Amino acid sequence: MKAGDLGELALRNLREALLRNSLTTLGVAVGVASLVAMLSLGVGLQELASKRLSQSGLFNTVVVTPRTNLRGLGRPRPANSSPSRASRPLDEGARQEMERLPNVVEVYPQIRFFTEVRYAGNPYTTMVAGMPASARGNGAFDGIQGSFFSGPTADEAILQIEFAKELSDHPSTLLGEELVLRYAERQALGAQTGVSDPVNGDSDDGAGSGFSIVPREKKLRIAGIVETEPAAGFGGFGSGRVLIPLEVAAALRAAQVNDLRDVVRGTKGKPSYASLTVRAKSPSQVEGIETAIKNMGFSAFSLLDATRNLRLFFAVFDLLLAIFGSLALAVATLGIINTLAMAILERRREIGVLKALGAADRDVKQLFFVEAGVMGLLGGTLGVGFGWLIGRAVTWGTNIYLRRQNLPPAHVFSVPWWLVLGAIAFAIIVSLAAGLYPASRAARLNPVEALRYE
Amino acid sequence: MIPASDGVAVSAERVSRHYQMGSALIRAVDDVTLEVCAGEFLALLGSSGSGKSTLLNLMAGLDRPTSGTIFAHGRNLSEMSRLELARYRSRTVGMVFQAFNLLPRMTLEENVELPLRLAEVERSERAGRVREALERVHLEKRLSHRPSELSGGEQQRAALARALVNRPALLLADEPTGNLDSATGEGILLLLREIQQSLGMTIVLVTHERPLGERFADRIATVADGRLVSDGVKP
Ligand SMILES: Nc1ncnc2c1ncn2[C@@H]1O[C@H](COP(=O)(O)OP(=O)(O)OP(=O)(O)O)[C@@H](O)[C@H]1O
Ligand SMILES: [Mg+2]
Repeated sequence: MKAGDLGELALRNLREALLRNSLTTLGVAVGVASLVAMLSLGVGLQELASKRLSQSGLFNTVVVTPRTNLRGLGRPRPANSSPSRASRPLDEGARQEMERLPNVVEVYPQIRFFTEVRYAGNPYTTMVAGMPASARGNGAFDGIQGSFFSGPTADEAILQIEFAKELSDHPSTLLGEELVLRYAERQALGAQTGVSDPVNGDSDDGAGSGFSIVPREKKLRIAGIVETEPAAGFGGFGSGRVLIPLEVAAALRAAQVNDLRDVVRGTKGKPSYASLTVRAKSPSQVEGIETAIKNMGFSAFSLLDATRNLRLFFAVFDLLLAIFGSLALAVATLGIINTLAMAILERRREIGVLKALGAADRDVKQLFFVEAGVMGLLGGTLGVGFGWLIGRAVTWGTNIYLRRQNLPPAHVFSVPWWLVLGAIAFAIIVSLAAGLYPASRAARLNPVEALRYE
Repeated sequence: MIPASDGVAVSAERVSRHYQMGSALIRAVDDVTLEVCAGEFLALLGSSGSGKSTLLNLMAGLDRPTSGTIFAHGRNLSEMSRLELARYRSRTVGMVFQAFNLLPRMTLEENVELPLRLAEVERSERAGRVREALERVHLEKRLSHRPSELSGGEQQRAALARALVNRPALLLADEPTGNLDSATGEGILLLLREIQQSLGMTIVLVTHERPLGERFADRIATVADGRLVSDGVKP
């Protein structure tokens, strides 16, 4: 029989036993819907997690430190390590070189220091951290009260909520208030009139390279208060309770740990960084960047292994969801087999007549096969629609819950195109497989027996 | 002996069809040798259970003999594959049954079109041929009716149109009047005769009503308990 006739007859047969065939198709649809829903949830959660994680900066950052580490200082250097490579300073030149590496978004120093902050006449000792402007896109600032820094050099501060509570019982009233930051400025000896106590005795001996610390104050406007602790890479501003723009922090030239080291190494007047944070475009590029930086002669660390484990987790998670979804589809498959097998019993006579009129085994087989396929196609399409609706409902419900918890809305569901087409194709294939047995049984039916009186 | 194709439409040569039912062997058709000439109208008579239908199904290629051979238009049916037998039924044979066997969910037009679909006749040709076949049985006004909306006689005429639409050389009718009153039955057989005269095909009519056979057939063969007991021109 020609394909057109086959299709027409199949459709007509499906229409004739409308109730039974719709129920079977609905069964397929429910199976496909649960499969689509499960997988969409898997994909959605995975997207959400990797988006949040890349926002958190944990997985797309590399922390760079000079290769000479503290352990190595006291010990004799191993013979095979080249001294020139090991002692390369982590300075501005190195920073710019790293920034030119492919797939690097930015490279910024970690500026963080303990200092005294005055508010309403009371002193507080706390950790101050510099934030790069790019941190604005960080998920941690989603729930900010007030606003982010108005500019990269604004004299503004963002307080962490815990610290804000120390300052005032009503943290929100702090917005727009003034905070005084007291800090120590490093100055070369002799260049300053009002010399305070020299910082450390060790470096004082080094002629000409010593410096003194001058106390200073800076007025900052409180621009915002954040709930969560913003993180920009592990070893980032985690412990900062007062956040100020990175450039402002750099300009303060506050006494940092590495100042001492500079002196020890004797790099005159040229500041170097204790560590730099390199941000990659995406977690997948971290590995290459890490290798490139190591080749430049620095130590580099990333949480790459953690992302690998994360991917493994989601692979297993998806697999489990797919298994549960497939179970539903397996039940639907049995439904198709049942419907077609029942149809053979019911249509014995019809099959006999078709054969008496000249239908070959192949024609009968194909007819049943096409009927199964059409149920699969309709069920699959309907199922994808159902699955999508389930997804919408779950997203809706989740977001109501999140809103109650004062959390930002999230897309926990994602129905990508490959899933839509894949699910429909899968439904058709499964239905055809389900039709295989009934179809070949129908084809082998003995027409003489089928035509004998009922 | 291979019968010449011209002159002989179907021939059965020492054909048997046995069924093993446990320890009992049922000889539905037993050692039957029979020739049907081209253009002949043969009536196959016999009481119920004598093996008429079984023999007819063997001629139709719906069943295979336990032993013996059947030639149809010079071709040995036993040597044909299942697919070739299906082609043979589609192109050479037309069948009519006692129970009409129209597909209840299809209109008359669709029922009659079915053999054309199976024979892969061009779509453009079909409507004309369906109409022509239904005109022959005087049902051209009932194209879009379903079988259940027709009387028994009309249904059997529609079945006849369906059997004829592929212009078969061999028409096999298994008690086509069995479910009809005698007047309607006679009407069907008259129609059959008339069509045979205009189209010139071979007819094998299975019936247990001797008078009908005597009135319409050219020749009568009688079977009893699977065996051919008489074969001859009507007395
Ligand atoms: N599949 C089968 N298995 C066993 N016995 C069968 C089978 N088919 C037919 N028979 C037997 O073969 C014999 C002939 O059957 P058949 O149907 O050919 O008779 P018939 O002459 O057409 O009778 P009727 O006039 O009642 O239609 C019967 O005794 C029947 O029981
Ligand atoms: Mg019979």
